[in-house]
Amino acid sequence: MIDLLTIFVLAVFVGFEVVSKVSTILHTPLMSGANAIHGVILVGAVLITGHAQYPLEVVLGLVAVFLATVNVVGGFVVTDRMLEMFKGHGK
Amino acid sequence: MTPTWVQLAYLVAALCFVLALKGLSTPRYARAGNLLGAAGMALAVVTAYAHGAVHNGPLILVAVAAGVAVGIPAARSVKMTAIPQMVALFNGVGGAAAALVALTEYLAVTDASVLFEVATALTVLIGSVSFSGSVVTFLKLQEVMTTRPVLLPAGRFLAVGAAAASALLALGVVLTGSSALLVLLALAGLALGVLFVLPVGGADVPIAISLLNAFTGLAVAASGYVLANTLLIVSGTLVGASGTILTRLMAQAMGRSLANILFGAFKTTDAAAAGGEQRTVRSGTVEDVAILLGYAHSVLVVPGYGLAVAQAQHAARELAHLLEQRGIDVKYGIHPVAGRMPGHMNVLLAEADVPYEQLKELDDVNPGIGSVDVVLVVGANDVVNPGARDEPSSPIYGMPIFDVDRAKSVVFMKRSMRPGFAGVDNSLLYNPKTTLLFGDAKDSLTKLLTAVKQV
Repeated sequence: MIDLLTIFVLAVFVGFEVVSKVSTILHTPLMSGANAIHGVILVGAVLITGHAQYPLEVVLGLVAVFLATVNVVGGFVVTDRMLEMFKGHGK
Repeated sequence: MTPTWVQLAYLVAALCFVLALKGLSTPRYARAGNLLGAAGMALAVVTAYAHGAVHNGPLILVAVAAGVAVGIPAARSVKMTAIPQMVALFNGVGGAAAALVALTEYLAVTDASVLFEVATALTVLIGSVSFSGSVVTFLKLQEVMTTRPVLLPAGRFLAVGAAAASALLALGVVLTGSSALLVLLALAGLALGVLFVLPVGGADVPIAISLLNAFTGLAVAASGYVLANTLLIVSGTLVGASGTILTRLMAQAMGRSLANILFGAFKTTDAAAAGGEQRTVRSGTVEDVAILLGYAHSVLVVPGYGLAVAQAQHAARELAHLLEQRGIDVKYGIHPVAGRMPGHMNVLLAEADVPYEQLKELDDVNPGIGSVDVVLVVGANDVVNPGARDEPSSPIYGMPIFDVDRAKSVVFMKRSMRPGFAGVDNSLLYNPKTTLLFGDAKDSLTKLLTAVKQV
């Protein structure tokens, strides 16, 4: 448990640090990119569905897999589309 | 015990996410960063599937395929003007997924520890808030419902009540381990999300999305405790922390404190009564404006969401080009929160290939704005509203604006007298220096182009 807490605290600092100086131009893509990354819940959804025994668990798990996939795929694709437009405009 | 190769793969994935966020904060590496993030995600999911999909493998693949079949076309076809509401939706489904993961695991586990109970309650609560809150922000941005702050009678009481009920239910889940209470907690969370976002008005909605995005990150981190999975803890926390910073930066770009954005609408209930009197406006014809432009030395174009919606970027560029050929100095003033979300206008103009060098920010424009002959406000409203500077009672008071009322003259292109996204009346419209040109931005700009040629 202390291990997990340590990881949490360190990740907070890394998170603060990596985006502390972002310019306003990139606020929208950064938000969308961060959005895609929290879709990593897909990993959790795959794991619970993989261990699910009863029909209710399987159904809930599959719904979670579906929603998380939409989050991941949609998030990365939208972000890429936005960033593609900045191509040739970069400072 | 999780095998070492799985843990190593998760470590690599987590590293990819850190680098992705880092990359996304610098224009040069942004796209590469995003792709690296996607690669890390692919690695993580394939690893989870290979190691964890003991049962139901084919069903999981079907669900993933369905998610891809919905997500990719949605992300590909969405218009750039609708990006904020799309991000809100993706965030909402992510929050819902986190809540479902925790709920499902809760049903499966029999000997739960206190840490597990607490983490489950948190994941379900935050995930539900994020989901329903995101749906409301989507409805607001899509203009399915009003973009103005919605103040329910006793709304504040209801919100506090829902928060208190959530806290009690969460405590109940931890103490009793009851699944029924957990479901009730999810429902309370859904109500809380709605009540939390309803009073947030127009231009502040994107800030709420950003905050909910950070919430989903925290829900994912909490689900990491539920499943004892370090990757979920690290990635969720990264998004939670970076999302919080981003939310603060966005609030700063609007010159507002976060507390003011989220809770400000609870206070300003009777502000609308003051501006009821009839004031006159001066509307002009295309020819009037063409003459004004034709004899100017310097012109500043301030584009807003109205320009993007009308797809008038190309018409604006042609007009700017024509004016430049006549020796007129033309610049664009880009406000950090122009569009529907901070930084959104840059995305929209990048899509239209407007030359990057002509785009000027607030600090570049405002000091010399007094010598600008004509400011052409195209479909922007809130970012030029002098009320943000002069009227402490205005809901957007404190937001930095273009001081276009200090320029020699202003041409305001609008479809109607309807107030802008923030729903705030704009005194600039009644300024004697201002000429209003009613109509669709693209239509007006095209007519203006023809008229200027004849001047």
